[in-house]
Amino acid sequence: MKREIPILITLVCGLFCLIGFFVPHPWVRNGYEDIQNWALILVGLTYVLGVANLLRVNLRGASQRATDWPYKLVLVAALLVMMGIGFSEGDSYLDSTSKFSWMYKNFYSPMSATMFALLAFFIASAAFRAFRIRSTEAMLLAIAAFILMIGRVPVGNMISHYIPDAANWLMEVPQNAAKRGILIGAALGVMATGIRLILGIEKTYGSGGDGGAS
Amino acid sequence: MGKGVLYVPGIAEIDDIQTIASMILLGTVARTAAKYETDLQVPTVSPAVYTVAEEVVKASYQDVGRADTYRSEQVRYITSEQFAYVAAVNGMMLRDKPAANLFLGGFFAESLLLAETGHSIGAIQIAGTANVHQMPFFVVACDYTLIGEEYYAASALLSNDSRLLGSLKSSDTVKVVLIVVVVIGCILASSGITAFGDWWSTTR
Repeated sequence: MKREIPILITLVCGLFCLIGFFVPHPWVRNGYEDIQNWALILVGLTYVLGVANLLRVNLRGASQRATDWPYKLVLVAALLVMMGIGFSEGDSYLDSTSKFSWMYKNFYSPMSATMFALLAFFIASAAFRAFRIRSTEAMLLAIAAFILMIGRVPVGNMISHYIPDAANWLMEVPQNAAKRGILIGAALGVMATGIRLILGIEKTYGSGGDGGAS
Repeated sequence: MGKGVLYVPGIAEIDDIQTIASMILLGTVARTAAKYETDLQVPTVSPAVYTVAEEVVKASYQDVGRADTYRSEQVRYITSEQFAYVAAVNGMMLRDKPAANLFLGGFFAESLLLAETGHSIGAIQIAGTANVHQMPFFVVACDYTLIGEEYYAASALLSNDSRLLGSLKSSDTVKVVLIVVVVIGCILASSGITAFGDWWSTTR
């Protein structure tokens, strides 16, 4: 039963949402919207579990003096301070003049931007590996990348107007064809996975069973 | 030897089909990890994903009779913020130096940050996503990449179940039909016959 009940719920909700997507009748539409609201409430409740897990893991790590345990304390302190300030400011916590917004802009945003900025260095190292010519395919990739990069900057057009034209052709024809092929395949994969889940053929995500499709 | 496995289920929410497919694959990975008593870490970006992932991993350990080796710290909720999550997962990689990194799910700008860090520690890396714009990053930085439909087909192939494999066969058949339709459409449109294209159009 531990496995059958979730499958039954998935089947009923899945089919109802599928029908609700295509049938605009109020009876179906209202039920469809209700199910979506229930999902939102469930996701909201999981934040309690998530924060409890975060506190448990990090406080336990800090108390047991695990590797880099001071960082765990910093994380817990940051969580509690942000939560405390957010709750103390009530509904106005998102106002531009609130302390919560100030902390978000001056603490979180710069740290987040720093992480994002690292991407430039990672792209350089990844590009170095990608464009090393070790096979015919790698050579084609390197040539295409060279044309594309030079075609996207003014100097490409200064050398010859054929370079930007070639770059545009690469993007619009071979790149687009490959991308559309992948997208069509992915869309079919989405449908197949959805049908497998709704019909209960795929049961791996459930619990307490034999742990595989049956 | 003795190093663990890091499973990153992407940053999409649980209502994204990529995350659901990732949870299915997580079951297989967790069963294998439990069977060989290998440490498995699953950092999550959403509390809803955390809840489901914890249930999947716990059930997988039970399935192979290793429920006693499951630890609640294995599946963790980190944060819902994209780059804070990247910082935490990169930190886990650099500290614990896992032997294998699995990036399976919906990924966005963080894909290369994660994959390059994993590459720098010398871990074997397997990635899978249906986000077209992130695939090149994974192809460059990972040892194996599941592209688009391969990612959705992986769980069915791993299960070896005839009904799941049948669904792959049927989607392949649909693909052949679609290719035929596209080719016919191209020929007709090139010949100036638009009735076929108009019949499929959604913007009448």
